[in-house]
Amino acid sequence: MASFTPTATVNDPRIVLDDYGIVPPVPGGDDGRPGPGSPDYRTRLRRARLGLVVALTPVLMLFVSFTSAYIVRQGLPTLDPHTNQMVRDWIPIRLPALLLANTFVLLLSTASMELARRQLKREVALSPAAPLSGGLFSDEKAMPWLGLTVLLGSCFLAGQWLAWRELASRGFYVQTSPSSSFIYLLTGTHAIHLMGGVVALLVAGGATLLGRPAPTRSILVDVTAWYWHFMALLWVYILCLLEFAH
Amino acid sequence: MATHGSAAHETHAHAAPQGFIRKYVFSLDHKVIGIQYYFLALAAVMVGMFLSLLMRIHLIWPAAALPLIGEIKPEAYLSLLTMHGTIMVFFVLTTAPQGGFGNYFLPIQIGAPDMAFPVLNMLSFWTTLLGFLVMLAAFIVPGGAPLHGWTGYAPMSALQSAGPGEGLGADLWIISIAIFCLGALMGALNFITTTLDMRAKGMTMMRMPLTCWAWFITAILGLLAFGVLLSGGILLLMDRNLGSSFFVPLGTVNGQLTGHRGGSPLLWQHLFWFFGHPEVYIAILPAMGLASQLLSVFSRKPIFGYKAMVYAMLSIGFLGFMVWGHHMFMSGMSPYSAFAFSVLTMAIGVPSAIKTFNWLGTLLHARIRFESPMLFAIGFVSLFVSGGISGPFLAQPVLDIQLHDTYFVPGHFHLIMGVASIFGIFAATYYWFPKMFGRMMSERLARWHFWFSFVGTYAIFMPMHYLGMAGHPRRYSQLTELAYLHPLIPLQKFITYAAFVTIAGQFLFVVNLFWSMKYGAKASDNPWEATTLEWITATPPPHDNFGGHTPVVHNGPYEYGVPGAPRDFVMQTDPEIAATH
Repeated sequence: MASFTPTATVNDPRIVLDDYGIVPPVPGGDDGRPGPGSPDYRTRLRRARLGLVVALTPVLMLFVSFTSAYIVRQGLPTLDPHTNQMVRDWIPIRLPALLLANTFVLLLSTASMELARRQLKREVALSPAAPLSGGLFSDEKAMPWLGLTVLLGSCFLAGQWLAWRELASRGFYVQTSPSSSFIYLLTGTHAIHLMGGVVALLVAGGATLLGRPAPTRSILVDVTAWYWHFMALLWVYILCLLEFAH
Repeated sequence: MATHGSAAHETHAHAAPQGFIRKYVFSLDHKVIGIQYYFLALAAVMVGMFLSLLMRIHLIWPAAALPLIGEIKPEAYLSLLTMHGTIMVFFVLTTAPQGGFGNYFLPIQIGAPDMAFPVLNMLSFWTTLLGFLVMLAAFIVPGGAPLHGWTGYAPMSALQSAGPGEGLGADLWIISIAIFCLGALMGALNFITTTLDMRAKGMTMMRMPLTCWAWFITAILGLLAFGVLLSGGILLLMDRNLGSSFFVPLGTVNGQLTGHRGGSPLLWQHLFWFFGHPEVYIAILPAMGLASQLLSVFSRKPIFGYKAMVYAMLSIGFLGFMVWGHHMFMSGMSPYSAFAFSVLTMAIGVPSAIKTFNWLGTLLHARIRFESPMLFAIGFVSLFVSGGISGPFLAQPVLDIQLHDTYFVPGHFHLIMGVASIFGIFAATYYWFPKMFGRMMSERLARWHFWFSFVGTYAIFMPMHYLGMAGHPRRYSQLTELAYLHPLIPLQKFITYAAFVTIAGQFLFVVNLFWSMKYGAKASDNPWEATTLEWITATPPPHDNFGGHTPVVHNGPYEYGVPGAPRDFVMQTDPEIAATH
């Protein structure tokens, strides 16, 4: 283990010391920004956001491939066993009007999510030196927006459930037609992803109750907020795809 | 030691764990997780190898009743084939080079104390292990393992009634792949974030060892590809269990209408191969990075054309996403699309040739140290060329019509994607074992292992090319029923005997691995006189990798034979060498 010693700075660049060069802890990184050791709030936030962007890539790919399957399947002719002729079996389905209301609820929730995110950032900015331990005062300010977002998100999910019930009552199940399969697939996969967001918000709420430091909660809420915005955008995209891509 | 022992915990995101469970089982340490991945792959490769052995035995003694297993029926042969392919591709070739060695050495080589998200890293391992267990469970459920091959072509994979293994076994297979996708995505997320955000001071992207570049690019490929496979798996599960018809057209099984209509089996193939082709680069890229590293270290020369190597890997990764259609020439495709896919596929030959010639350029006029890691690295280059050269044959639709679904294809992909990548894993094991376990592996056993593997591999897979050219179809379990295959049976026998010998040779490796952990000679901190950061730290590295210190990088990763330097290598942390070099 004792194989390396700190090196002194040497002027002659060709001189190599007997042992390997290594220095005591210093700020690292190419641009003089703080290094990987004992990361501060900004480093942690940047890293978490980078991680989120990377994590959203496969989510995007998932929906990109669903979209391509949707478009390919729409154009496929299929054999009608009765007439022995190739026919289009794609039945356009009128989407439940409830989906518009759900969209409105989700857009509202993304606004309250943004307010929660900014509030926690302010809280961190106000206490740069001593992280808050999640006192009563900060709870009162942060919880309503987070709680409201959870409520609105749950309303959206319940609304989606009602929309599926409506489709089923009109006789459209997963297996009824390719268009109904895709409606359930796209809305269902989106709902599962949004549930992940709700769970993350509940974890953030739990972090407040457990008295975790404000920076930790802020990072959690920040990343969840961007995820939430992405989910709202994705929902608008899915709605447009189902409504207009014929 | 006294100079840097004090601040060990300050620079690390989490303190060194206490207790066996936290330290070795649910560990957050990327080094422990890397070793866990490695042993998972080792267990998986044993299973996969055993399955291939059963297949080879069945091919030449179809009526033989094996102890405990009995006679292998044709459908059981298809199960063996499916599980061999799936386990090898996912749980060996994707797991060991990236999850194993990547996890262990990427943070150390870039000078980071750990991965960016240690908890996620731990979860990715346990998810992958769960996927493996679910995959193995397919063997023991009623009906047994699925029959649809590792590519899972619909409609066979989409219909419960398509065969004995297509019931619960096929569901478990799909679920296992889906779980594996999630684990691989968590891993890729960590690799990319760590590489971009946690490099030590002075470790610019262009000073990273080529191994790190390879892991980084592999992670990007995984990130883009596994989501698509996941989408295909979800659609497949819906077709199988919810009655949708994404992949199943109108048709009958055993005279009964399936109830599905209008789906497209080609859609599955597009989704699968959009993942499947990048997947072969996911398997081979880490080995490419490693070969570059080792050829430089053991030639005592800088790698020939570092930047060209980086750009070649990037373009291989990029082109890898545009060639999936070349797996589908025979599935029905517009000749214009086939032409485009064909040209793009052959274009991959360009960066591949750049890499090959750069490897050869590195070896030219070198004082080569023929240690066991180097033998396997050279073996990798040899297999890469031999397996790669048949790629442009298969890339041409006209030739592919003849060669598709013959033994030519298994011959091709086993050499380039299978064994070449396995040689990368062997080379990495011999090279990094001293750092990981603090002891040297037996060089004598390693050499024997190399020659068994190298000669054995060619003896197994080269004849497959001739079988293919003679029109021998793949996936046939019975060769005796078809008169035109009779003249080829002696060659099949030769392949089986070669497989016996090669598999026997692998036990040298296993014995060496476990024997050396306990009885190998003590390794120094830098036994190969290499320059990258893992060799500046202790053997094995402390919990935070650099004992409380953060390395500062002044040099590139391949400074060998530097004029005027006191040694023939300059560490990355040594004072900067003259710019004239």
